[in-house]
Parts: sequence; structure tokens; C-alpha cells
Amino acid sequence: MKLKSNKLYKIASLLAMGVTSLLHAEEYPTAEVNTTGLAVTDDTVTVGQLHSITGTMAISETGSVEAERLAIEQINAMGGVLGRQIKVIQEDGASDWPTFAEKSKKLIIQDKVACVFGCWTSASRKAVLPIFEKENNMLYYPTFYEGLEDSKNVIYTGQEATQQIIYGLDWAYETLGTRTFYLIGSDYIWPRTSMKIARNHIERVLKAKDPKCKVVGEEYYPLGHTNFRSLINKVKLKKPDLMFTAVVGGSNVAWYKQLTSAGVTSDKYNMLTISTTEDEVLGIGGENCEGFYSSMKYFQSIDTEDNKAFVKAFKERWGEDSVVGDVTQAAYLGPWLWKKTVEKAGSFDIDKIAAASSGIEFSNAPEGYVRIHDTNHHLWSKSKIGKFLKNGQFEIVSTSDELIEPNPYPEGYQ
Amino acid sequence: MTTNSLKQPGGGLLDRLFSGRSSILSYTVLAIILFLVLPNLLSAFRLNMAGKYLCYAFACIGLVLCWGHAGILSLGQGLFFGIGGYSMAMFLKLEASDPESTSIQSTPGIPDFMDWNQVTELPWFWYPYKSFPLTVALILTLPVIISCILCFFYFKGRVTGVVFAIITQSMVACSWYFIVGNQGYFGGINGITDLKTLNGWDIRTESAQKILYFVTCICLFGCLFLSKWVLSTRLGRVLAAQRDKEERVRFSGYNLTSFRVFIFAFAALLASIGGALFTLQVGFMSPNLIGVVPSIDLIIYTAVGGRLCTVGAVYGALLINTAKTMFSEAYPTVWVFIYGALFILIVLALPKGLAGVWTDHVRLWIRSLLKLDSPAKPKKIKSQTT
Repeated sequence: MKLKSNKLYKIASLLAMGVTSLLHAEEYPTAEVNTTGLAVTDDTVTVGQLHSITGTMAISETGSVEAERLAIEQINAMGGVLGRQIKVIQEDGASDWPTFAEKSKKLIIQDKVACVFGCWTSASRKAVLPIFEKENNMLYYPTFYEGLEDSKNVIYTGQEATQQIIYGLDWAYETLGTRTFYLIGSDYIWPRTSMKIARNHIERVLKAKDPKCKVVGEEYYPLGHTNFRSLINKVKLKKPDLMFTAVVGGSNVAWYKQLTSAGVTSDKYNMLTISTTEDEVLGIGGENCEGFYSSMKYFQSIDTEDNKAFVKAFKERWGEDSVVGDVTQAAYLGPWLWKKTVEKAGSFDIDKIAAASSGIEFSNAPEGYVRIHDTNHHLWSKSKIGKFLKNGQFEIVSTSDELIEPNPYPEGYQ
Repeated sequence: MTTNSLKQPGGGLLDRLFSGRSSILSYTVLAIILFLVLPNLLSAFRLNMAGKYLCYAFACIGLVLCWGHAGILSLGQGLFFGIGGYSMAMFLKLEASDPESTSIQSTPGIPDFMDWNQVTELPWFWYPYKSFPLTVALILTLPVIISCILCFFYFKGRVTGVVFAIITQSMVACSWYFIVGNQGYFGGINGITDLKTLNGWDIRTESAQKILYFVTCICLFGCLFLSKWVLSTRLGRVLAAQRDKEERVRFSGYNLTSFRVFIFAFAALLASIGGALFTLQVGFMSPNLIGVVPSIDLIIYTAVGGRLCTVGAVYGALLINTAKTMFSEAYPTVWVFIYGALFILIVLALPKGLAGVWTDHVRLWIRSLLKLDSPAKPKKIKSQTT
């Protein structure tokens, strides 16, 4: 029934948009909007979608796949981009970085897609980046990540490290009164870089405010690690005011469950994580992380009309049980930002899009108003702190007053 | 196999050409496919992929010798593939990390991932990779040295079979953790990425990739001939003998340790050459290529090709990877199941691998066309020709 009404809605809006979109397409002849041989015809434009559908990352990337699909379907229902319907070629990165590289080459060289929505882990982005730069195509990358990168050929729709971390640490310092920090992460580039920024901020900025501020421990565990008992004992011994964590993937489940069973719960300890979203809580179980905090730019519980409409549409399309996490929302921004950029540039050409991206605004985004930075390809966005609830959702306890500037190469933090 | 190669059917030149699994005919067919058919049939992008698959074939040829002919199953060839791949990647990365292009880092002139991990000067073991001749030397010697050290004591202590296979597997697992754990020195889970030039020659252009494809093919044939030669010497016979009747060979006075160490090191060397060529064609090296799973993949390619046939191993690597790519492009959500079904089918239908199809069917058919008598199945041939 739901599907049917969805279809009816689509047909109706297609009919409504039909006339205008036809005119629209004629205003932009293919020869003019596509001078570099991309897969653009008079009524369609083909884009690529490259995520892991199989392998260990599939569980995390599925949300992004679904969100991008939803955005593309909505854009198509509104008449498409420059009067052209978006067609998607989906490829499977299979949680394997060399496969990501191979598939991105296939999408760009063989299929000549107009842009690609995809990648999730830093490793997969690093694997495809040289290909996007060499073949000159555009990647819309949804995940919060470590920064230290700013490519002409990538639009980063998630937060870079400083946006997520500095706001979170300042909030903990002021609201929770945190003075001692224990830094914990999975052992790869994103947690390492994040903790480097965190330590720097604690020892330089916060210490200047209160000399008692210090890092009492810093530990990394391999991806997929599941035994955190010795770490938990160390935490109990050091009694930090705050555990600042970036544990990812399957390790999350073991980490939170072992914390609960060892009695390290929110009534005695504080934790601020930068890696756990609604998606992960599904696997962890809300009761195991209740009362801890998470620093993100988006939570499903954001109370705005735009977000409610988005969550409703997402659930209608992908099932009542689905949840929307930070990355899923960031992935949803990708197609919309691309559409807006193409319309501003009046062209699908990559160089023109790269140039036109500066200052692109999306005021109805689920997370609220966002804007692409004028000089780098990251988003201005508001950071938020959410408190884990038992039902797997977050109670938003703090939102930054201003949009936070993305700063992928932070001075003084390297 | 041994009986087959010992019983050389006498007679004319033609007859000799068709005898033995790695005969001139099969080399010719492979050469025509690799040097004429594929380059003319495939687009530059697909040819580059074929080149990549051929790199796995190097390791598979090594497995044919080591596993098929000598009976030493190694589940750790990914380690040696990785040694070659990482060696080449380290050289290319140093070339890509000149002080100018890395001026944004806190320490310019070192690879970007070192800078991210607060490494401030180039570690000592990276220095040899500043020189190309030294890098090539390391690609060729490092796997031999490491494999000799790793296997000498096991073979000396007569550890073989399943136990040795498990040891090789744990070796490759350890090396994966080693690479991932030392991200300041090896790039961690990201691997070594963004490789651009080889001695100033841009390896990312279409023409460069085409040249690299042909270089790979030439090296591959070099390795095929070298393997054929190794097998045709007395060493090859001893290896086959110790596989089938170990005690008898020992009592004949052979010291098996040196034979086994040699063939294991030879297989490691081949894998390393493949790894180095892989890095050149793909443009980066990742720990994902040296894990347990890729090592088992190599075994699968070999088994599909036919584990006694070096040429078959090349087809195995090519066909399985092509199938993988085709399925995953056509059905991105369910390709894994199709891929799995293919394996089951091959194991059930072709226990001798693709090489079995060649020796038992295709070659007989060609013989019957040319009206040559086959000493193996004379009756069948007669009935077909008359």
C-alpha cells in the first residue's frame, strides 16, 4: 500500500513537473552542458554509486547507499537535474580497497559517470583518490574523517576532525567539568589523527584555561578487536573524568558490552564518543550505552520539520525499523549538493562543478542549513552533542551556536 | 603426472609437441591470447585489469611447483606477493614524496602517512628504496631470504603437510598485523597509496599501462620457461618423488631439506615478482593483498587452473578474476553467491582443473583432427576418426 502511494506520488509529481522539466532540458542542450564526454543524454544523466554491499563494511555502508538512493529518487521526482533524470550505476567495493580502486576506474572510464557518490572508510577514499584526480571526476564522500586532505575532486559532506572534536572537548570541559581525559581508539588513521588533535587541544588550549587539564592515557586497539578487559581495568585505575573514544565497526559491540558488565556505566563515568551513531547502537543495544555522549553533526531526533520529513521519507522507502545516523544523513546531502552545484554551473563538466561548488547552500538539509566552504570542499555545519537513550536514539543536549568552519589543515594541531 | 611425463611417446616432431602438459602448443596458444587477442580485444581499462590478474598468476605458477609438484601446500603466498608489492610501492612512494609536493607537511620530503603518524624522519629500512637497482635487487632477494629462514627449520625438522600449511597461514596473518600495526612505517590499513611515477615515467597513463601489461606478459613467460626448466631437471624428478614416496627418496640418500627449501624459495620469488608488477599496474599497495583471504584466493586460482600445470595456473587466475569482475558488475548485491556456486561447480565437475579439460578433452580432440595416434586412448581416437 505504501509503495503504491509512493508510486502514485511519483507519477503525479512527474506529470506536474513534466512540462517544466522538458522546457528545462531544452534550455540546456547536451552539447553545451557536457563538453567532456560524460554519460549525459538529452533526458538522462548517469551517476555512479560505490559502496561496500558485501564484506565487513556492508553493515555500515548500507545506510549511505539507501540515503543516496532516496535523494536521487526525490530529485528525479522533482524533474531531475537540468531536466535530466538521474540514472544510477551501482558497484560493490566489497570492503576491499583494491576493489574500490578497480570499480571507481570502471565507473569513470568505462561508464563515464557524471559523478560518484561513495566510499566510507578513509582507506577506500585514499585508494580511489588518485584515480579521481587523474581521470578528473567528482566524488561525494559522506563520512566524518580525519582531515589533512582537500582535493579538487572530492566534496566532503561529513565533518572533518576538528569540527567534531574541538566542539566536543570544549563542551565536556565546560558542561561536565572534565579535567582528565583518557583517549581510546581503533588503530588506524582516523582515530590516530583525531586523538592527535584532541591531545593537542587538551594540552594547549584547555590547559591554558585550567592547568589541571591533562591526558591520563592514550590507547589504540586493532580493528575488529573484541577484548577490552585490560583497558577497562586501566580506566578503573586512572579514573578519568572523561573517556574520549573513537572505537569503530564490530569492536563497538564488545567495547560497550564489556564496559557495562565491568560496571563502567554512565552513573560513575563519562564517555564522549565521536564514532557511535544510531546505526551502531542497533547492534550494541541502547541499554549498554545509555547516558554516555556522542559528538556528531546529526542525530535522528533533531526536532525540525525538514528532518521529520526526511526521516519519514527514509522509513517509508526503506522500512519502519531503519534508523538514520550521522553518515547516512551526510550521504543524503551528496546528491542534493551535486544537483545544486550543477544548476549553478549550468553544466555537468567536472571542472565547472569543482569551481561552482564554493558557497553552495542547502538550507533545507535534515541537519539544518549547510554551506560548502569558499576555499575548501568541506561543509560549514553545526556540531551537536547527543546523550544516548535506552531506545537507541539520542537526546540532543547541546548544539553549537554558530556554523563551525571546516578546517582540514588546522594550524597548530599538526 | 610422473608416469605421464616419463612415458614420452616416441615418434615424430609433431608428436613431441603435443606431449606433456606444458607443451609448445599450450605455450603458443597462451602467447597468442596474451600478446594478440587480449590487447586487440580489450579497452585500455580492461587490459589494465587483465594485467593485474596476470600478476596473481606469478604466485600461482609458484604454487604449482611448490604445492602441485613438490607437495608443499603454502597458504601464505600473499606474504611474498606483499614483499614484492610493498618493496615497489616504497620506491614509488619515495619518488612521489619529493620535498616540493609534500611542502604542506610538518616534515616535508617523507611519505604523507609518516607525517600523519608523527614520524619525523625516514626510517632506516626505507633508505635502500631510494635507489631503483637496489629496489629491484630487494624484490628478488628479500622473499628468497625470508622464505629460506622461515621454512629451513621446519623442513629440517620434517614438518610438512597440514602443519606446515597452517604455519604459513599464521605467517601471513602475522605479517598483516605487522603492517597494519606499524602504520607510521608502512601506511597501516590504508596501504601505500597515490603512486605516480617510476623514474620520472608516469605509470598512470594509458600508454604506460599498456607497456606494463606487455612487460608483465614477458616476465610471465620468462617465469613459465624457468619453471618448466626447473621441473625438467633431476631436481624436479626428486621433488615429485619425495611428494609421492618420501621415505624411499630418503633411503636413496637424498637430503630432502635443501630440495624443499629451494622450491619454497623459488615459489616465493615468483610471487614477489608478481607483487612488484601488481603495484606498478594498480598504483597502490594495500595490506588487504597480503592477508589470509588473498593467499587462499591464490590457492583457488591454482586449483581451478590445475595444480600440476603452470600454464593452467595462468588461465585459472585470469578466468576466476574475470568471472569475479563480471558477476560483481552485473549483480552487485548477489555476486558473492554466484561466485561461490562457480567454485562448487568447478570442484565437482573438474577435479583436475582447467588443465584436465585440456589434456583429457581438447588435446585429444586436436589429435583426432590431425589424425595422430594417442598412446593413452587409442580406441577412442579411432572411433572418432573413422
